[in-house]
Amino acid sequence: MRKKSLKDSLWLKVGLLALALVGIVIINLFLDSYKVKVLNLCAIYVILGLSMNLINGFTGLFSLGHAGFMAIGAYTVAILTMPLEAKEMNYYMKPMVPFLLNLNLPFIFALLIGGLLAALFGFLIGAPVLKLTDDYLAIATLGFSEIIRIVFINLQSITNGSLGLKAIPQMTNKFIALPLGLSPKTNLLWAWGMAILTIIFMQLLMKGSYGKAFKAIREDEIAARSMGINLFKHKVMSFTIGSFLAGIGGGLLAVHLGTIDPALFKFALTFNILLIVVLGGMGNIYGTVIAAIVITIAMEALRFLDEPINLGFLTTPALPGLRMVVFSLALMVVVIFKREGFLRESLEKVLEKVRGKYAKNQ
Amino acid sequence: MNMSIQEFLQHLANGISLGSLYALIAIGYTMVYGILRLINFAHGDIFMLGTYLTFYGILFTPIPWYIVFILAPALTGLIGLVLEKLAYKPLRESPRITVLISAIGASFLIQNLGILVFGGRPKAFPTPAILERVLKIGGVSVAIVNFVIPVVTVILLIGLNFIIQKTKTGMAMRALSKDYETASLMGININQIISITFFIGSFLAAMGGIMWGVKYPQLMPHMGVLPGLKCFIAAVVGGIGNITGAVLGGFILGLGEIMLIAFLPTLTGYRDAFAFILLIIILLFKPTGLMGEKVTEKV
Repeated sequence: MRKKSLKDSLWLKVGLLALALVGIVIINLFLDSYKVKVLNLCAIYVILGLSMNLINGFTGLFSLGHAGFMAIGAYTVAILTMPLEAKEMNYYMKPMVPFLLNLNLPFIFALLIGGLLAALFGFLIGAPVLKLTDDYLAIATLGFSEIIRIVFINLQSITNGSLGLKAIPQMTNKFIALPLGLSPKTNLLWAWGMAILTIIFMQLLMKGSYGKAFKAIREDEIAARSMGINLFKHKVMSFTIGSFLAGIGGGLLAVHLGTIDPALFKFALTFNILLIVVLGGMGNIYGTVIAAIVITIAMEALRFLDEPINLGFLTTPALPGLRMVVFSLALMVVVIFKREGFLRESLEKVLEKVRGKYAKNQ
Repeated sequence: MNMSIQEFLQHLANGISLGSLYALIAIGYTMVYGILRLINFAHGDIFMLGTYLTFYGILFTPIPWYIVFILAPALTGLIGLVLEKLAYKPLRESPRITVLISAIGASFLIQNLGILVFGGRPKAFPTPAILERVLKIGGVSVAIVNFVIPVVTVILLIGLNFIIQKTKTGMAMRALSKDYETASLMGININQIISITFFIGSFLAAMGGIMWGVKYPQLMPHMGVLPGLKCFIAAVVGGIGNITGAVLGGFILGLGEIMLIAFLPTLTGYRDAFAFILLIIILLFKPTGLMGEKVTEKV
């Protein structure tokens, strides 16, 4: 009986997934290109939020190095996918290393390599740094992310230095849109496909023994160690997987923006992801997904705050900075008054209710 | 590497004055960390506020600059005190990470309020003419600020040392950083001591900010981020919680940075990475810092 219901729910899930993918393709065709862009960014932040939540929320390691790993992913994708002409146009100050100049890979391979490189760096950095705890770890990872950024500024023949890279090839849905006579837009399937894969992966990971070990480490390191959990191995594993996902997110972001430079990967970028993780709830997969979408849309929707507002009888002056004031206040208010994050409690309650109903009907 | 002795002395003076500034800011980190075990992430932004308040005090009030140089840090000290009440006090019983997140939020809040109120464009610091002169001793020409900064720093450090070692408040601070639990049972007014700690830390940061403005006269709302991080690193290098250590760390960092550029000009682009690399080396090989005490983990 139990086996059958499990199978049913698996089919249900596959069905929902297929429906979601079809839905994404359709939305992709009919929304205007600005909204498609925002939705694309939502998916990227879902991946980034989950990757930080894996490290910070589930394993309890406070890492602030996300921007650095994203930079690795972003630059890898940009360098590997840009055609020769675009590279020659970008590297006018200092020519590019010949080996990389002629290297060109399909997007999917570039993205994976970006993720793997970020994971490699995560592993190399994590192995020594993860012996630290709490705030020391936070500041050390932040330090590494800054070092990566500074190295990228200085490696001009590889990264083009502070000039950044422009004209990164876009992934559009022209294969579907053009035959239908519609204008091609950013292809949502890439980012959302990756986001959905990440969500599924995170769920499986957290259900398995690794996920349980991560949570045990978060709750009490000493107790976890005395239960025979290899702290170091699991911490490095969580950190490496998180870095991989951050690299993927960074790669997608590079394609999304089309232009990247080292200044993009400052601490402020990590702050955005931290905001998502805190508001969505530390250690909460669905909370993170919802928070990522809500915050990304809100960040776009509240852009008007930075600009002059016309109230009819008077126009307020442009107020740059007001938008981020709102978001930093939101972070503080949540942390101070609702320490578990906005969504954890309410969402769990809703889920419990749904589950309760389901159980009764059976 | 051939460098004349004059050049070397110039770099030395430059490094000492930069080190003094780092030391002043690092003290705020180390004092707060000593008592609350909290990285006051917003400390660099408090430093920024101090510089901006001085800017507005000099340009928009009739108060003479030397009085503004005292009033603005005092006002900044009060802001630091209020920051603690709003952002950290409600979380005193929470896990350290929660407080750290609140501190990061506070840091971004102050920066963006800075953009909102002061404007995002860089402003030029109104340096009093007397501080702009350049002294020539022998063949060495040194900006007068490079003399003034260490002198002011030493005066402030003597004052701080007096407060910490000779007053009751200072004794309470030392007690709290030694053993928070026990000290709080001994009738120490914890809230008051923490407020005073934040006041002193922010006051010193603003003093550092003013001299920073004199030395590097460009004000931006983000100007506190990098010095803030570096000074935290200085505090860690010296042994966090230890004031002498913070001063030592500040000088190591300041001198190290300047000497790195002086002796290895090809690495100039990596100047800002120096602090972070130093941090990671220290954390890996001597996590308690040069002068810190070893803390054992209790079950």
